[in-house]
Amino acid sequence: MTSPDVVGPDGAKPAEGDELPGGVAGLYQRAWFNLRTGNLGPSPIIVGEILVVVLFGLTATNFFTAVNFTNLINQMAGTAMLAFGVVFVLLLGEIDLSIGYLAGIGALVVAELQLPGSGHQLNGILAMLIAVAVCAAIGGVQGSIVAFVGVPSFVVTLGGFLIWQGVILNQLEQRGTIIIQDRWINYTDSYAFSHVAGFLIALIITVLYPLSVFYKRVAARGTEIARVNWTAFAVKTAGIAAAAFGTVAIANHGKVIATSLGLPLSGVIIIVFFILLTFLAKWTTFGRHVYAVGGNAEAARRAGINVPRIRVLVFMLSGATAGIGGIIFASQVNSVALTFPPGNLLLNAIAAAVIGGVSLFGGRGEVRGALLGAVLIGTLQNGLNTLSVSNGWIYIITGLVLLGAVTLDTIAVRLQARSGR
Amino acid sequence: MTMTDTPLLELRGITKTFGSVEALTDVDFEVRAGEVMALVGDNGAGKSTLIKCVAGTHAFDSGQILFEGREVSIHGPKDAARLGIEVVYQDLALCDNLDVVQNMYLGREANRFQILNEAAMEHTTASTLKGLAVTTISSIRQPVATLSGGQRQAVAVAKAVQWNSKLVILDEPTAALGVAQTEHVLALVRRLGEQGLAVVIISHNLHDIFETADRITVLRLGRTVGIFERQATTQQAVVEAITFGAPTKVSGIPAAPEVGGEG
Repeated sequence: MTSPDVVGPDGAKPAEGDELPGGVAGLYQRAWFNLRTGNLGPSPIIVGEILVVVLFGLTATNFFTAVNFTNLINQMAGTAMLAFGVVFVLLLGEIDLSIGYLAGIGALVVAELQLPGSGHQLNGILAMLIAVAVCAAIGGVQGSIVAFVGVPSFVVTLGGFLIWQGVILNQLEQRGTIIIQDRWINYTDSYAFSHVAGFLIALIITVLYPLSVFYKRVAARGTEIARVNWTAFAVKTAGIAAAAFGTVAIANHGKVIATSLGLPLSGVIIIVFFILLTFLAKWTTFGRHVYAVGGNAEAARRAGINVPRIRVLVFMLSGATAGIGGIIFASQVNSVALTFPPGNLLLNAIAAAVIGGVSLFGGRGEVRGALLGAVLIGTLQNGLNTLSVSNGWIYIITGLVLLGAVTLDTIAVRLQARSGR
Repeated sequence: MTMTDTPLLELRGITKTFGSVEALTDVDFEVRAGEVMALVGDNGAGKSTLIKCVAGTHAFDSGQILFEGREVSIHGPKDAARLGIEVVYQDLALCDNLDVVQNMYLGREANRFQILNEAAMEHTTASTLKGLAVTTISSIRQPVATLSGGQRQAVAVAKAVQWNSKLVILDEPTAALGVAQTEHVLALVRRLGEQGLAVVIISHNLHDIFETADRITVLRLGRTVGIFERQATTQQAVVEAITFGAPTKVSGIPAAPEVGGEG
């Protein structure tokens, strides 16, 4: 950003990040520049998250327990999964209101397909794949109506919201609750890794970020994207390591009666999808086209991008992540009941993405925003629960946090626009 | 491109109607490689329609398009791109949220198995901009939203020439620019011509035209009313052609009988 170089480095001059001031001074300078120009990135939400954790750690007696910690991971996993899909939909500048009940459809399909003695009992893993495929297909149909017919996504998915709610109601009103007994399905939320395996996973997660940075440095040598501010790099790596190992250490500590707890599988599923979807958004042509369509659909069309195809694929993705999230929620209670989806799932998922800095107007935001937002909302609601705050106040406080985050973001965008021109 | 006498692009007797409105009537037009051809005319003269016919956005009713001396048919923007024709529209068609490199490769990203090759894209973008002497963009990894109008125009032009294009059509490239930025863009346009590209520039601004163009084609009410050598004409003559010009033919095809062109 402070580079005096004219058109970027050419082959003869290896860019070792010299143009950017390095070290702590460079970090400070860059942070100040970003702050001034409203490019806040994920810093406010990370600060918020730390504040919330410290606050509840001091006030709630059973917040900082290992059992509550694994609970928290399980509770936020489904929301985070849905929020991942929301990120892509919002990047297009669209909205998907059907995901809450689509998650219910995913759970319903999986429950139905694993039902012993139903005549169509399937292996749990197969049942989950089919359920996710069904949700993706539904997303595809809704996306096609948006992309090819031109009905606004708000209306199409509002229709979906009602339709899938109705389907769930029809199926469960008579039968009440479908119990899920399949081991594999229930594992998605309840399986806990052994202590050693947990630490191994933490190690892998910790190593991935530096690896990706080094890969970029080697593969993209001599380009601006290969430049690294080593102080920021060190801070980030340390932060990821602390979060990963800290989570595993606390989770490993837990004990319910005689059963020792450990890192829950749901947490690992979320991290795996986070990495996969970040890769999809940032490193593939599909991801680039999603950003392009969200930024300027007309420009994307003229550049030869098949805009309807991108729209349909994104709604399919959103349906699929909703289905996965629904399975995780169902596995949490080992059943599907009329109370599904739990709480304000749809609104929590959208709020998570928006708190994470994803713009409602398209083209701006990252997958990590959904994860950070889901963690913040999850921690907030869990912490307030452990403080025995009433549900009414939990909604009010979540709403205020959402409002605050979006207001901050809007001001940031205005600053960006002002500094840009 | 050695045969400088053969125009790179030649339009013969292009006619286009929208319902009962004749937007283009028997229009002839040509541009040679290494030449900047200006296309001027009052509002509604048919400049944009003519360009859209060349770009493949509009289908014309009758007439011929010759490219490098051969007759071609252009049915869509992809056909035009395949021939090496690129259009820079007035609204530039850039994605504000993407950076310069990402915009330059929009829709044609360098990839292997759908995985982006960012390094290759950045290197090529840097050298393309360098080749065009675009020196005002401090970082090619900054979002296009942070660029000035002139810089955005430069990116749009560079994007058009990056793909081994032979003909670049610029629609009002200086319409929204200040004085200094206009000079930058005009210099860029001249440089394109010097590099052997055929350039068509549409503009209302005669000052810009006389700064850049080698020849000037004037359209009036959907007809070609004159082709001027810049060196051998005056702004006065061009203005007269724009406002009062009578149809002329340049390609040796007999002129169509006139039906109330003036008035």
